[in-house]
Amino acid sequence: MDLAEIVDRAVRRQANDGTRLLAILRDVQQEAGSLPPEAIDGIAAAVGQPRVRVESTATFYHLLHNTSHGAYEVLFSDNIVDRMGGKEELMRYFCDELLVHPDKLSHDGLVYVGSTSDIGMGDHAPAALVNGFALPALDKNRLGLIANLIRAQLPVAEWPRALLDVSDNVRKTGPLLGEPFSPGAGVARAQSMGPDGILAQLEAAGLRGRGGAGYKTAAKWASCRRAVGKAHYVICNADEGEPGTFKDRVLLQSYADLVFEGMTIAALAIGAGRGFVYLRGEYLYLLRHLQDVLARRRAAGLLGAGILGRAGLDFDIEIAMGAGAYICGEESALIESLEGKPGRPRNRPPYPDTHGYLDQPTVVNNVETFACAARIAERGSAWFAGIGTAQSTGTKLISVSGDCKYPGTYEYPFGVTIRQILAEAGASQAQAVQVGGPSGTCVPWREFDRKIAFEDVPSAGALMVFSRSQDMFEVARNFSHFFAHESCGFCTPCRVGTSLLRDTMDKLAAGKGSAYDMQSMQTLMRILLTMSHCGLGHTAAKPVVETMRAFPEAYEHRLRKLDFEPAFDLDAALGTARHITGRDDEWAHIVEDER
Amino acid sequence: MSTFTLDGKAVAFEEGETILEAALVAGAYIPYLCHRPGYAPHGSCKVCTVSVDGRNAASCTMRAREGMVVETQTPELSDMRRALVEMLFVEGNHTCPACEQTGQCELQAVAYHVGMLATRFDLMFPARDLDASHPDILLDRNRCILCGLCVRASREVDGKNVFGIGGRGIDSRLIVNAASGRLGDTDLSAQDEAVDVCPVGAILRKRQAYQVPYGKRKYDLRPISEVAVEQARRRKEKARG
Repeated sequence: MDLAEIVDRAVRRQANDGTRLLAILRDVQQEAGSLPPEAIDGIAAAVGQPRVRVESTATFYHLLHNTSHGAYEVLFSDNIVDRMGGKEELMRYFCDELLVHPDKLSHDGLVYVGSTSDIGMGDHAPAALVNGFALPALDKNRLGLIANLIRAQLPVAEWPRALLDVSDNVRKTGPLLGEPFSPGAGVARAQSMGPDGILAQLEAAGLRGRGGAGYKTAAKWASCRRAVGKAHYVICNADEGEPGTFKDRVLLQSYADLVFEGMTIAALAIGAGRGFVYLRGEYLYLLRHLQDVLARRRAAGLLGAGILGRAGLDFDIEIAMGAGAYICGEESALIESLEGKPGRPRNRPPYPDTHGYLDQPTVVNNVETFACAARIAERGSAWFAGIGTAQSTGTKLISVSGDCKYPGTYEYPFGVTIRQILAEAGASQAQAVQVGGPSGTCVPWREFDRKIAFEDVPSAGALMVFSRSQDMFEVARNFSHFFAHESCGFCTPCRVGTSLLRDTMDKLAAGKGSAYDMQSMQTLMRILLTMSHCGLGHTAAKPVVETMRAFPEAYEHRLRKLDFEPAFDLDAALGTARHITGRDDEWAHIVEDER
Repeated sequence: MSTFTLDGKAVAFEEGETILEAALVAGAYIPYLCHRPGYAPHGSCKVCTVSVDGRNAASCTMRAREGMVVETQTPELSDMRRALVEMLFVEGNHTCPACEQTGQCELQAVAYHVGMLATRFDLMFPARDLDASHPDILLDRNRCILCGLCVRASREVDGKNVFGIGGRGIDSRLIVNAASGRLGDTDLSAQDEAVDVCPVGAILRKRQAYQVPYGKRKYDLRPISEVAVEQARRRKEKARG
């Protein structure tokens, strides 16, 4: 099929709708192998947008590319937990097996091997994506097999299922995951309560958002309900991009009914007719399953026109795929993305509850929040409020990964201590845990009696364990690379600051750090924290600052001199000249003095 | 008329005005780079950040409210603002003494205003493109600060969509509306507002660079603080009719 035809079909599948640009771009790339300039031209013309706008979106997302990545694109997850599991060595091994260089298409155009930010498989680390599908629990055996399959050019759909199956790893259940659930029970109860009843119940249950910020769900829904607009929308934030977090993956894989039920209840409460699940591109393997569950719910009268047989009660849900951008977990960036634009956070206020999707009143909640709402509708507020602490009611799903015997998802009442989680996960040698991912909190061993709760250590779900053998400086350095890679680039402090911070950490890692660099990182931290446009920038320096405070020795032994050391590397600067002259002998290098 | 406090003085504002607009009309200059009076607020450069009741906010996007206490010149804010300007210098390739735009460049003028002498950060020396394909206009991405003013001017004033921001993070770059990626293949004309609006030397008219000699240029004669206040007042008078 020629490119024009591919574009035409992809655009028509989305009804020439420019707000569905990301879906169109994903489809065209899927079929054409890349997004060359002619594809951008064709899409722009078909959706009636200037090509420069289409190109802005196409070049923003990490999983989209304008040159071919071959028939097989393998992207290794690059979170610290993957690195601890041997990611770098395994990626080298894999590249050697296939005779390719990382980040370059192979000479025969067959395969591309690269890295990508955490793919939500921390309990199966090290992991990778092949053509968008997850490859969990990699080791040399599996990679050898995968290399053979690629050389034999067997389509991924025909690969052994064992390579692609992602197990839930639920290690501990509670009232959210452990109790049976019959689809429709919550919706029926919610319908009999009516919107005011639902909001009163959520308020009494004390439900707070599970995405990390902990905003009161009842207040958000009530404000959205009050807001005047042409239409109201419900959005489920399934962009689970915070490294080390994978509990939403488990909810979507095995508890999707609970999530859709919560969204439907939200729709009843605010008067919405349409809902979206914004699913991160890395969870492509869940798409088919989620669509099947949606179809089943439509057939059961739980979605679509006239829910539960009541005329006028219409609500349906569609899945919108992301394409590799952590920032789209920020709700206003998510909405921009859902409208077909680059995921850059909006100026706030106004907030989505009054001006969200297509500038209309919109509720955006985390996957787990919707699941909780469904349980509350089913079992009542008193039951929920009786679990956890006074300020943090209910349970919390925790994704445990890193140095522990039993990585996986654990459900605990709020208020559980980090010590207890570590004991049950079989982590006896921990020196620190990173709670809530890179943007969360680094808790050193001295503080393991602290509790997971909004009032103590809040968490979006991740808990990465670092044993005494891990270098906490390398943990922070990995996170600094993550933030620099994921900064959207809109505001100066974050665009430049995250890169400067990454470069300074690299300078220290190369053994060229000085006290001056330590001070300059403090300045960067202040700028990021106080001047950035959104939460990504605000928290980007946190891992560095916290590890510096809790593990100063991890930094100090890297400082070569205590005052100043230039970042400029004279020998490296001669690299271009060496390349041009084809020389690499001793006299083509400047050897530094031993100090 | 409602008022708020700006560095201890009362400043009057009209409903809907931003802190920056009201401050400029009152004669209090707050440095900014991604804004232009009359344009919809953008809020990306963050150079105009002020403290509002103790919390930082971009004054170009924050609406003035009765009784709010705004500070613009605390030692901390002044240092942070200077650091932001330094960041804009290190992420691009800015060689003021050799640049055609010297003396009429807002980045340079703001740098003087905030007292920047050198940068505390390491220069990044990025490899960026220069595009001379257009007969009348030069596009030098080395000097682009990603303020997005040309993007908005082309879309909203010229009705053309010549420019956009592509890429992400530190790899963000100004892109143009042509499959070839060349400015010469767009419908940009030398009369477009998108050309005039560039605060730095990224978008320049060809063959005009030295018509006004060094030393007699816009900001050689008067500091940017005076120019910006006068512009804002003139705009407001015009709006009143």
